[in-house]
Amino acid sequence: MDLLSLISTLTETSGISGQENRIRDLVKSTWLPYVDEVKVDTLGNVIATKFGSGEEPRDRVMLAAHMDEIGLMVSRIRGSFLSVVPVGGVDLRLLLGQPIMVHGQRELPGVVGSRPPHILSKGERNKSVPFEDLVVDTGLEEEEVNKLVRVGDMVSFRQPMVKLMGDRFGGKALDNRLSVAAIAACLEEMQTRTHVWDIVAVATVQEAVTMRGATTGAYGVNPTIGIAVDVTFGKGPGVDASESFELGKGPTIGYGPNNHPAVHQALVVAAKAIELPHHIEAMPRGSGTDAWAMEVTRAGLPTGVVSIPIRNMHMPVEIASLKDVERCGRLIAEFIANLDANFKTGKLIWNDGETEEKQA
Amino acid sequence: MIIKELSEAMGVSGAENHVRRILKQAVAPYADEMWVDALGNLLVTQKGTGQTSMKVMLAAHMDEIGLMVTNIESNGTLRFKPVGGIDDRVVLGKTVKVGPDRIPGMIGGKPIHLLERSEEKSVVKMKKLFIDIGAKDKADAQTKIKIGDRAVFATKFLDLGSTYMGKAFDDRVGCAVLADVLENGPYPADLHVAFTVQEEVGLRGARVAGYSLQPDVAFVVEGTICDDLPKDEDVSPVTEVGKGPALSVMDRTTISDPRLVSFLANVATTNEIPYQFRRTAGGGTD
Repeated sequence: MDLLSLISTLTETSGISGQENRIRDLVKSTWLPYVDEVKVDTLGNVIATKFGSGEEPRDRVMLAAHMDEIGLMVSRIRGSFLSVVPVGGVDLRLLLGQPIMVHGQRELPGVVGSRPPHILSKGERNKSVPFEDLVVDTGLEEEEVNKLVRVGDMVSFRQPMVKLMGDRFGGKALDNRLSVAAIAACLEEMQTRTHVWDIVAVATVQEAVTMRGATTGAYGVNPTIGIAVDVTFGKGPGVDASESFELGKGPTIGYGPNNHPAVHQALVVAAKAIELPHHIEAMPRGSGTDAWAMEVTRAGLPTGVVSIPIRNMHMPVEIASLKDVERCGRLIAEFIANLDANFKTGKLIWNDGETEEKQA
Repeated sequence: MIIKELSEAMGVSGAENHVRRILKQAVAPYADEMWVDALGNLLVTQKGTGQTSMKVMLAAHMDEIGLMVTNIESNGTLRFKPVGGIDDRVVLGKTVKVGPDRIPGMIGGKPIHLLERSEEKSVVKMKKLFIDIGAKDKADAQTKIKIGDRAVFATKFLDLGSTYMGKAFDDRVGCAVLADVLENGPYPADLHVAFTVQEEVGLRGARVAGYSLQPDVAFVVEGTICDDLPKDEDVSPVTEVGKGPALSVMDRTTISDPRLVSFLANVATTNEIPYQFRRTAGGGTD
């Protein structure tokens, strides 16, 4: 698998929360060669299952990676210009001058504009332009705009993936297409490895706006355990070293209330078994990932979180290291290969001092 | 198309080489004389038909605003300063090309999740930003970048149908117009065309070009602002796209000779060329 070229296709394909059609088709075809069946549920989650070698009924591990991305939505047509509102956590500070694509009746390239600085007062130049004063400009005339664009059309960042020095690369929607790619790499590795449990890879919708895809996805799949694969803060300019992770040093394994201790422990054991560089990420409250929704599915689901560090999260210039994506896939593959019948009836059972609980 | 080529060329003030090379090639067949002066202005003379002895100078600047690398940090990221008037508000979240080898880099910062409330609507100043080329550390970065390298936004030229989109239209559109003017000559008067340098850092190229050429009259062909976006209050636009070239009566650096303004307006009217007036006194030109 050419992982970098897969990532470039995945990140350049649009899929803003609620309109994931294109990215869904791509994810389906990406995972299909490695699984036994692929389904799409009511909300649009892609559910790909690779059956395990165990006796039926088999336990299931659900891997969740959200495939939606943040973006903008057309809220008003003003002459030949468009007003927009955010979908998900869009950073207002970087919108001005940003190349975008309007997904109208056809793809319309454009740019986010506002009044030129030459005629603004100093005070106006020193604050970011509020949403109501930003316009999307497609360069087309009013009549054409009215024909091609409707209120509700999605607008995505128009940013090709860029290869940087070494194994680093940058672009939009690395959050969270990197995890979709890591799962593909994991599934590829599992072609030649034995696994007792069923692997259910789920590309979820609407994470960026409420994790609704993971909520219904986990309910429908009804797995034994759930692993959210997502991105986390990479160490870089503007970010405190205490809350970020160096690029190129492996994925992070979450620890906290959103991580069942046995799942966390098994992930750490897997990483150590294959001498995989990794970080432990303290998650004192929520994880900010699909695991938050999965954990409270039905009567409760043991969950874990594996994350790939990226810089500049939610910007069209997110940056990551290719090695970290590969390692994320290998970590999950090793973890899955270790899951056996005893995991559910042994390790997943809370023990409160009856035997010594070892921390990672 | 020359506008595409000119727009995608890199020519930050003081390093206009690439633009100059394109223009030299484009206008050489129509030039009687062509030379590059001490500052780097490309000066082109086209003899007239002799009907008048007037020397007419036309100027457009080749340089564009950009960034300059001022330091390479120990973590391999690049500190930079603006060259010319760059709006702090448009720098965060952009992809750039650095140096003559056009090394790709990205300008990021603290993610929205980690911002204080008060920061969410702030403008991140350039001095707080870094270019990230993916280097592991300073030594790694130094294999590709040196201090003083210029950077431009990695903006691709696009033909949108009724308009074009791209970077450095200020003033490569002017350069393209003057190349076209030369191609369509000769004219009754002698033509002296100056493709100038360093406009964005203080109108410096035009100053010495004017001295060398000693014209009788001079016209500047520039990109200008529109401000024709929809507004809630009734503030007239400065100019409108698609309504023809704009005649400038006055700006921050020049008051046009009223006789030449009327002359241009008459030429437009006589030839049924749509034109408009530039309706602000801000901004400056050569």
